[in-house]
Amino acid sequence: MSKAIAIPESINDSNGDVAHAQPSIGLAVYTLAIRELVRFFRQRTRIIGALGQPFIFWILFGAGLQGSFRGPAGISYQEYFFPGVAVMIVMFTAIFSTISIIEDRREGFLQGVLVAPVSRLAIVLGKVFGGTILAVMQAVLFLAIGPLLAVVGLSPPISTGLTWFNFPIVLAYLALVAFALTALGYLIAWPMDSTHGFHAIMSVFLMPMWLLSGSFFPAPESGWLSWVIRLNPLTYGTAGLRRLVTPNIDAVAGLPSFPLCLAVTVASAVIYISLAIWMTGRQTAHNAR
Amino acid sequence: MSDSIAVRVSDLRHRYGDREALRGIGFTVAAGEIFGLLGPNGGGKTTLFRLLATLLPVQSGTATLLEKNVATESRSVRQLIGVTFQSPSLDGKLTVTENLKHQSHLYGLSGQTAKSRISELLDRLGLKDRAQDLVDSLSGGLKRRVEVAKSLLHRPRILLLDEPSTGLDPGARHDLWEYLSRLRRDEGTTILVTTHLMEEADRCDRLGILHKGELVAIGMPDELRLSVGGDCLTIQSSDPKSLAEKLTIRFQLTPRQIGESIRIEGNAGHELLRDIVTAFPSEITAISLAKPTLEDVFISRTGHRFWENEPV
Repeated sequence: MSKAIAIPESINDSNGDVAHAQPSIGLAVYTLAIRELVRFFRQRTRIIGALGQPFIFWILFGAGLQGSFRGPAGISYQEYFFPGVAVMIVMFTAIFSTISIIEDRREGFLQGVLVAPVSRLAIVLGKVFGGTILAVMQAVLFLAIGPLLAVVGLSPPISTGLTWFNFPIVLAYLALVAFALTALGYLIAWPMDSTHGFHAIMSVFLMPMWLLSGSFFPAPESGWLSWVIRLNPLTYGTAGLRRLVTPNIDAVAGLPSFPLCLAVTVASAVIYISLAIWMTGRQTAHNAR
Repeated sequence: MSDSIAVRVSDLRHRYGDREALRGIGFTVAAGEIFGLLGPNGGGKTTLFRLLATLLPVQSGTATLLEKNVATESRSVRQLIGVTFQSPSLDGKLTVTENLKHQSHLYGLSGQTAKSRISELLDRLGLKDRAQDLVDSLSGGLKRRVEVAKSLLHRPRILLLDEPSTGLDPGARHDLWEYLSRLRRDEGTTILVTTHLMEEADRCDRLGILHKGELVAIGMPDELRLSVGGDCLTIQSSDPKSLAEKLTIRFQLTPRQIGESIRIEGNAGHELLRDIVTAFPSEITAISLAKPTLEDVFISRTGHRFWENEPV
């Protein structure tokens, strides 16, 4: 949040009797992010949906594909799929959290925020940090519980590559990916009037984005598919995570280097956030609704 | 309060594509005044409200609130104003207190300051015993009160309310207006309110009547009523057209035909009523005599019945 506070906010020069309190970006971001979390935990169905789907994917796809899969350096499908599911959780929770923008607009809450004397940056960051925290929380839950399913026989035992040593950096990296994806979700949700449109985008754009990110199956050596995967920014999110947690260095030899992954992910986050701030600051008939 | 100007609007225009929503509006509101914008839906009230609330860009003309320009100093303006929207702006999944807490944070109030301000407003608006309830469980009247509390947390110098009585029963409406007058008296808050209800307009110090994007009248409610004339006669007839012609010839009147009825404004209405009924007993189905209302002002300025204007 130090980045947020560094932005100069010196427009408020009103008389002392009016500006008895200075709106602060930090406080506004904090309050908007907390609200996201509180809303999430009050909607029980959202919790079940957000947690249930990845576990079902993990168990069923794992069981179905483990026989036919030939992974890089001979790793099992579960070992390959594990970081992919983590990315899926991050992606869907992060992006889905931004559907609340559409609800806020429809229910009127958003207009109250827009007339408040807070910078538009704070409005964007409040939403995006809220989504990021939700996404990381759920991913961590999966990382912890997923491998344990082997104990009850729902998946073969795997070596996840997660250790107490690399956990903090994995967490930080997941947070970065979640931040970028929530910002992307913000961009999609902001212009929309109904949640129907959001669901449509979800299935024709976001689902393929995940499928073609190297999370579900490895990129082929050549052909059009390899290019689509190479141009997908999420590929670098997934590849970065693989490089951090792989138990077998040969299994990630064909992936982009970690610095490249980090650079692409940071750059896309910056681009999405900048666009989101620009969109939020525009005074349009749509924003006034 | 002093006679300084709180709101100054001049030659404000706004269009949505081809449709002109405001066609050059100008007025001022003195500090500490309750100023009403009266007009039917689609008259331009909400557009004007959104411009003043910094939600729409100023296309042409200027608007300043306490000398702060809405177009160029929107941050300062946002700090000055409290805004109550026509549609609710509350988060129904949160409690009353939670809603107010988030709002305080957005306006830079935190900790003990926020706490005491919230409890003060809960108290003043009679919400204390519902403070921990989810907003979704409140009635329309209570929600509106929370809405008002929310817009007052940071002690705005100017309060903007868009159709504040929407969805309120007469009792709740009365309470709301009691509170607004108290607020003006105790804290000197300038209040600008849009409404389509005559009864509400009557409670304002001054009033601007908006019709099709133009201010057709501005003044104190009594002043406006006086401008129409002493009395107002409304006649229902099966053939209003021919009756209007006959009235013009017989009494040298200028009757106005509005729909199925005829209206005549003037003095000594009781005598005129007697003469008209005597002269055309068979052509009149009903006749009424009344002091002019704000609706009559609207009709006399626009030639339209208040409710006949097509919405947007």
